[in-house]
Amino acid sequence: MPPVAVDTAAIGKQYPPVTYAVGREKIREYAFAVGETNPLHLDVEAARAAGYRDVVAPPMFASVYCSRAVGPAYFDPEVGIDFARLVHSGQEFRWGPLVVAGDEVSTALSIKDISERAGAGFYVFESVSTNQDGDVVCVGTWSNIVRGG
Amino acid sequence: MRGHLVEHRAGRLKVQQGDQIPELKVTPDRYLTVRYAGASGDFNPIHIDEDFAKQVGLPGRILHGLWTMAQVARAQTEAGGGPQSLRRLEVQFRGMGLPEHEITVTGTVHEVRDGVAVVHTVAEQDGKAIIRNAEAEIAL
Repeated sequence: MPPVAVDTAAIGKQYPPVTYAVGREKIREYAFAVGETNPLHLDVEAARAAGYRDVVAPPMFASVYCSRAVGPAYFDPEVGIDFARLVHSGQEFRWGPLVVAGDEVSTALSIKDISERAGAGFYVFESVSTNQDGDVVCVGTWSNIVRGG
Repeated sequence: MRGHLVEHRAGRLKVQQGDQIPELKVTPDRYLTVRYAGASGDFNPIHIDEDFAKQVGLPGRILHGLWTMAQVARAQTEAGGGPQSLRRLEVQFRGMGLPEHEITVTGTVHEVRDGVAVVHTVAEQDGKAIIRNAEAEIAL
């Protein structure tokens, strides 16, 4: 297989932050889709009784509020990913304070690393998500491989 | 439940190295990937269009990796006593997850330090790891 042509010029590139308004029904829809049964995610009264303003987003709801911030990097010609050969190979999230319905979460994406090994391209993105109070609620590391072909 | 060694004691977890977290089993139904596409906004046709998936060489529609990661996360938050307990989760995606096949998430406490349990965890389907080398940090 011919190796992937890897251009590392985009390392360090930063994209404008994208703000996501966290909705109560979106949290419930997501919680049902992933099988969450904890009432903190589904029941406003239960969440309030536990001291939260509204229903609590499951930690992995980060993949929802990050989505529109991460998307552009995958299609950025300066990054040069061949989407047809892309594999999402790894993911890390580190969480800060919980996100609740009514929050506005702003996510900034940057290109952390681009490299080539054994004919494949390795692309690592970092997302930093901050709530309306300035708290970092999640830092994500998105690892992708583009295979030669 | 076998391996039920993570115990709640007055709101705190009593855990030690080698303990297993409670096993989580889940079988994604036929339409799960459609519901998750709507919930997450990821409408990549490899997840929702059987014909498209086969055209690109897949056995059929495959699960979203981040949905499977959410099952690994759920096993940790259920062991940890709620969503606030999960501080970090890192996974590697391997192979492909398929709808209508049972997934089992297991995990073992690798170490306990500074009020955090580091759990090594894996998601298997049909005897193959679809998430491996995963590590979670659960606040105690």
